[in-house]
Amino acid sequence: MSHSYQPLSTDFSPAKDRSVVSGAIRPSRSYWQDAWARLKHNRRALISLWIILALLAFTVVGPSLWRVDPSAQDLTQISLGPSLGRKALLIHSEDLWQPEPNIQAFAVIGTATTEAVNLQWPAQPGATSYRLFRHQHPPSGPLDLGLPLATLDGQQTSYKDMLKLEAIGYYYSLLAQKSDTDLASETPLSTQTLTVNPQQAITVQQATDLGLLATDTAASGEIILPAHPLGTDYLGRDMLSRLMRGAQTSLFIGIIAPVVFMLFGTFYGGIAGFIGGSTDREMMRLADFVLALPFLLFMILFKIMFGIGPGESGVFPMLLALIILSWPTTARLVRGQVMQIRKLPYIEAAKLLGGQPVYIIYRHMLPNLLNVVLVSLTFAIPTAIFTEAFLSFIGMGVVPPTPSWGSMCNDGIRNMLSHPHELIFPASFISITVLAFNLLGDGLRDSLDIKMRSSQ
Amino acid sequence: MMQYAFKRILSGIITVWFIATATFAAMHAVPGDPLASNKNLNPEIRQNLMEQYGLEKPLTTQYLLYMGNMLRGDFGISFSEKNRRVNDIIREHFPVSALLGVLAIAIAGIGGIFWGALTALYRDRLPDAVIMFGVILAISVPSFVFAAFGQLLLLKINNWLGISLLPIAGWGSFSHMLMPAVVLGLSTLAYLTRLMRSSMLEVAGADYMRTAKAKGLPPLRIFFKHQLRNAILPLISVLGPSIAAITTGGFVVEMVFSIPGLGRYFVQAVQQLDYTVIMGTTVFYGAFLVLMVTAVDILYGFIDPRITVGGKQ
Repeated sequence: MSHSYQPLSTDFSPAKDRSVVSGAIRPSRSYWQDAWARLKHNRRALISLWIILALLAFTVVGPSLWRVDPSAQDLTQISLGPSLGRKALLIHSEDLWQPEPNIQAFAVIGTATTEAVNLQWPAQPGATSYRLFRHQHPPSGPLDLGLPLATLDGQQTSYKDMLKLEAIGYYYSLLAQKSDTDLASETPLSTQTLTVNPQQAITVQQATDLGLLATDTAASGEIILPAHPLGTDYLGRDMLSRLMRGAQTSLFIGIIAPVVFMLFGTFYGGIAGFIGGSTDREMMRLADFVLALPFLLFMILFKIMFGIGPGESGVFPMLLALIILSWPTTARLVRGQVMQIRKLPYIEAAKLLGGQPVYIIYRHMLPNLLNVVLVSLTFAIPTAIFTEAFLSFIGMGVVPPTPSWGSMCNDGIRNMLSHPHELIFPASFISITVLAFNLLGDGLRDSLDIKMRSSQ
Repeated sequence: MMQYAFKRILSGIITVWFIATATFAAMHAVPGDPLASNKNLNPEIRQNLMEQYGLEKPLTTQYLLYMGNMLRGDFGISFSEKNRRVNDIIREHFPVSALLGVLAIAIAGIGGIFWGALTALYRDRLPDAVIMFGVILAISVPSFVFAAFGQLLLLKINNWLGISLLPIAGWGSFSHMLMPAVVLGLSTLAYLTRLMRSSMLEVAGADYMRTAKAKGLPPLRIFFKHQLRNAILPLISVLGPSIAAITTGGFVVEMVFSIPGLGRYFVQAVQQLDYTVIMGTTVFYGAFLVLMVTAVDILYGFIDPRITVGGKQ
């Protein structure tokens, strides 16, 4: 080659026009910036993240905005659906009810309210006793009359129903009977059914006690009852404030337990993987034994073992049991990762450059483990929330009156047929939380580019 | 292969021993003694009871006694139901749970294969999206909510039809089992669907699939003979954990549907702190689960020749 390259001194001096260079090279992004950029394009994961943040705000900020005592019982509003303040008729409890002298048919006297429904009927010739039933659906036959309210002798032709009335439609059935002995098998003389829609009412005494009335004198008309945006439960407790307080329990257990056992598991598995050899074998043998225990059975067993003293909520024993039984999963995962990582060239290089073990662990191993740990943490949270709900549902969870979503579901399931909102709200909160964490976990797994890729 | 099976059985036995020991330790770490809840107990009766249950002996003797009884298959006498042996309770109630569990596993397995295959067939199209949405829903909703809504649904259907199509609760006939089994199998079904889908997609990219296509085999034959058959294999490996999930899931389902199974009995025993029943059923369940997982693992080893001797832990 006759032509040869003659280097000039300017070739090795800094470029003058820097704009060209910075335009050509993409600004360097860290691994986490890169992951965040990818996560931002995953709409489902992003929405889930917002939902989780909203739930945390609901839990942390909510109780200071909605200052209703979650254990206060509003006995005027029991098992009622969502409402922003019901109107209630103010009645005087001392109002004595005078039976009408000449009544023509089975009828309600006065206004039917949730405090009392006054029923009266004309005396039937030949009847020696009356039976009164109340139903929430139209009776379909003589065996489907509903709740037996009273059996009265033939002299009585009136009844005051005050039994857990609600502002819904009722079907009262009056049976006139010939004899007063064999009531069930006898064909009644007559059966009359009456439809009644009681009005929400509150007595002056109750209204004064609740602080709705300044004085109990001469008040009449309608007043607005305390608002319960998500309704009340079977003891008249506010669902919204209970859901907020329940979220504190459920999310506390659901987040703290995984964080603690992840930390411990990472530490344990990290040490086992880093040291290796017989130490590793013995450490992992213990982990495998704990892993072999049937999880929920031993959760129950540990809950019994720790016991719950008087005045305790039962949150701590559950937390402890969850941690004891769950850490080996993380330990195994982290150990596997450490075993892989420690053979990688960059660790070798760090060792050759004279890096101390602590420095290598802190500077090289932990950052490279963080993604795997973070993803399994997001998947561990829904599992912990489910476990809390399961235990509370079978009555081994938190102790009343401490609310948790699981125990609220347990309460709600009893009244599911008549008051579905008592089950639907806590169940939806559990489902939405679990769903959000699952979808976020999927998104994180994809964006952090971990080998256990999403199957979807 | 035999060596692998032997190793699995040995580790299974050790695991059962560990479960039994851990159960013993946990139950004896409970503050107070099992008779503490019964306050107005005459001292002589108390003494007799302590002797009968061997509670006054040193812990090591109790442990040896307990282990000896376990080995002979004797779980002791119930604390809360006098004169009822734990063995009888298990013998009476376990078949109910087992029957329900088998039906749930069948529903989950067949359903999982079917829906999973369907999603893979309609990949990234509407049926896929709909089924996967259902899967996510089934994974995110607690089982007791499904049980409650399943019961509610039956009630509404029966009311609407005016006849009792399926009983709402109870036990006795096949119609009693159907809804509880569906509810019980639902989360496993969802999990299997997800697994089946990814397995199908993985198989779809395999070389033998391309070969089959290149040979000009009819698509249906490729789908059934090559893709489906190979994709089902990994599902067997999760059968063990699925059985565990269905066993504990049975607690809730049996409670909601008032089924006289061992799960409901266990929950009752836990609520009443019936120590012998809790210990007996825990060890029994533990042994059962270990047996199932071991059996599935060994079976899988025989079915899938790719698993080498002792290669899989």
